[in-house]
Amino acid sequence: MTAATATQRTGNRSRIWTLPAGLRRCAVPMALLVLWQASVGLGWISTRSIPSPSQILTAFWDLTVSGELAVHLLVSLGRVSAGLAIGVSAGTICALIAGLSRRGEDALDALLQMLRTLPHLALVPLFILWFGIGETPKIALVALGTAFPIYLNLFAGIRTVDAKVVEAVSTLGLTRWEMIAQVILPGALPAFLTGLRYALGVAWLSLVVGEQINASSGIGYLAMTAREFLRTDVIIVALIVYAILGLLADLIVRFIERSALVWRPAFIKE
Amino acid sequence: MSHALSRIATPQSTIGKPVVSVRGLVRNFGNGNVLDGLSLDLQPGSFTALLGRSGCGKSTLLRTLAKLDPAPEGTVQLPDERAVVFQEPRLVPWMRVLRNVTLGLRHPDAEERGLAALAEVGLSHRARAWPLTLSGGEAQRAALARALVREPRLLLLDEPFAALDALTRMRMQGLVETLWHAHAPAVLLVTHDVDEALLLADRAVVMANGRIAADIPIPLARPRRHGDPGFIALRSRLLAELGVDEEHLAAREPQRTDARASGAKPGGYGLPAGAAAAPSL
Repeated sequence: MTAATATQRTGNRSRIWTLPAGLRRCAVPMALLVLWQASVGLGWISTRSIPSPSQILTAFWDLTVSGELAVHLLVSLGRVSAGLAIGVSAGTICALIAGLSRRGEDALDALLQMLRTLPHLALVPLFILWFGIGETPKIALVALGTAFPIYLNLFAGIRTVDAKVVEAVSTLGLTRWEMIAQVILPGALPAFLTGLRYALGVAWLSLVVGEQINASSGIGYLAMTAREFLRTDVIIVALIVYAILGLLADLIVRFIERSALVWRPAFIKE
Repeated sequence: MSHALSRIATPQSTIGKPVVSVRGLVRNFGNGNVLDGLSLDLQPGSFTALLGRSGCGKSTLLRTLAKLDPAPEGTVQLPDERAVVFQEPRLVPWMRVLRNVTLGLRHPDAEERGLAALAEVGLSHRARAWPLTLSGGEAQRAALARALVREPRLLLLDEPFAALDALTRMRMQGLVETLWHAHAPAVLLVTHDVDEALLLADRAVVMANGRIAADIPIPLARPRRHGDPGFIALRSRLLAELGVDEEHLAAREPQRTDARASGAKPGGYGLPAGAAAAPSL
């Protein structure tokens, strides 16, 4: 009732707030886009610095139609997948060893905690010397960057599984392996998925850097060659593709969370 | 597990070979002995309440009998078929209620047994539910079903009703009594609620300084009521054993006897409030 009277009193001004929520959230970005297009069109901003949205869209279309974008995209996806597979596996194995046994923790944790403080992107020069300029350093960079967030989160997750529940289950006569597989690892799954989301972010970041070292294909290569021809529109297309890929990866993990953590009250619909 | 189960026809304690036998148990936590040469026998099918002030070592004793704590000194004889219900339900949140109940069960018909146990505690309709959607009382009943399905010869209850509201607690106490009659395990109930001990147990063991300070039989007919003369007499005796001066308490808290009916939480049960409310050791 109070809401109704408030609407009447504020009259026209309140009409914008009655728009659907989705539209309301889009209003400001849309306005900025229009402003951007107008600024470039009126010559306020040089296309050398930044092209107009319509030019970017055209570049996007051209690259898609020619098939160029798809080729580079596939190459980049391949590198990220390979690097992620290696990094996530390594991080998971280390976290299991360190998390499930004291001796494993003594052996691994100090070393990994030291290594993780190293900014892994600073290893690029070393990786070039070790692995040359082919695919290996690019994949290795992704693998190294993604292993640590997985390790840290899964290790912490294993160690913070509810001790009281573990104690109660220990009176039920489970074998050690059953306890690990049915109680400890599922209990650490939320932490692992958090680690996976971090890892995906790091993976794209590592790829951006990795693809700028002597690549002959990939989204990063596309951006680097575009720079030589002053094609700012293509550079922006590459940036947008990176953003979309990052967004998609995040959506995938969220989907996994939704299906794997159905037991959480936030996800339960009864 | 099933072949080893020996059901006792009546839950009355019979003198025979004890199902639990503890001799000279010592447990040291650095500053003094928590358990100091404790000895205790539990008869098959008996219902024993273990009372004592906070820190007297009663939970340590229960944890030793659950094999959660070591018994470095002394001998402890236990049946293999044991089950524990804690103050918190401690269900595995990512397993549905039925899976929680059957966890670790190695019968081929584990699922039917689990469903039967859930039916006994009145939770059949929640078998497929996730534990975090259960109410406190439902979760504790699931924990009870999880213990029951193992057909224990020794059922250890570590203040299982302490975290429940008064009405749920009364219902749970009735349920435990019914289940005990039906399955006749030896029950050891750790509590600091004298009334609860008198309602359920046929023997009250009072611990102090790491030993059994008093061992009092409760020969009251069932069902028991708070106002029965025998109940009141035993209540005074138990309170005296626990070092509570009843008259002093009555002068300070005139409504104490009504506390239960009015839905009081643990803390106002005839023990000093601090001692009763604090989690026991």
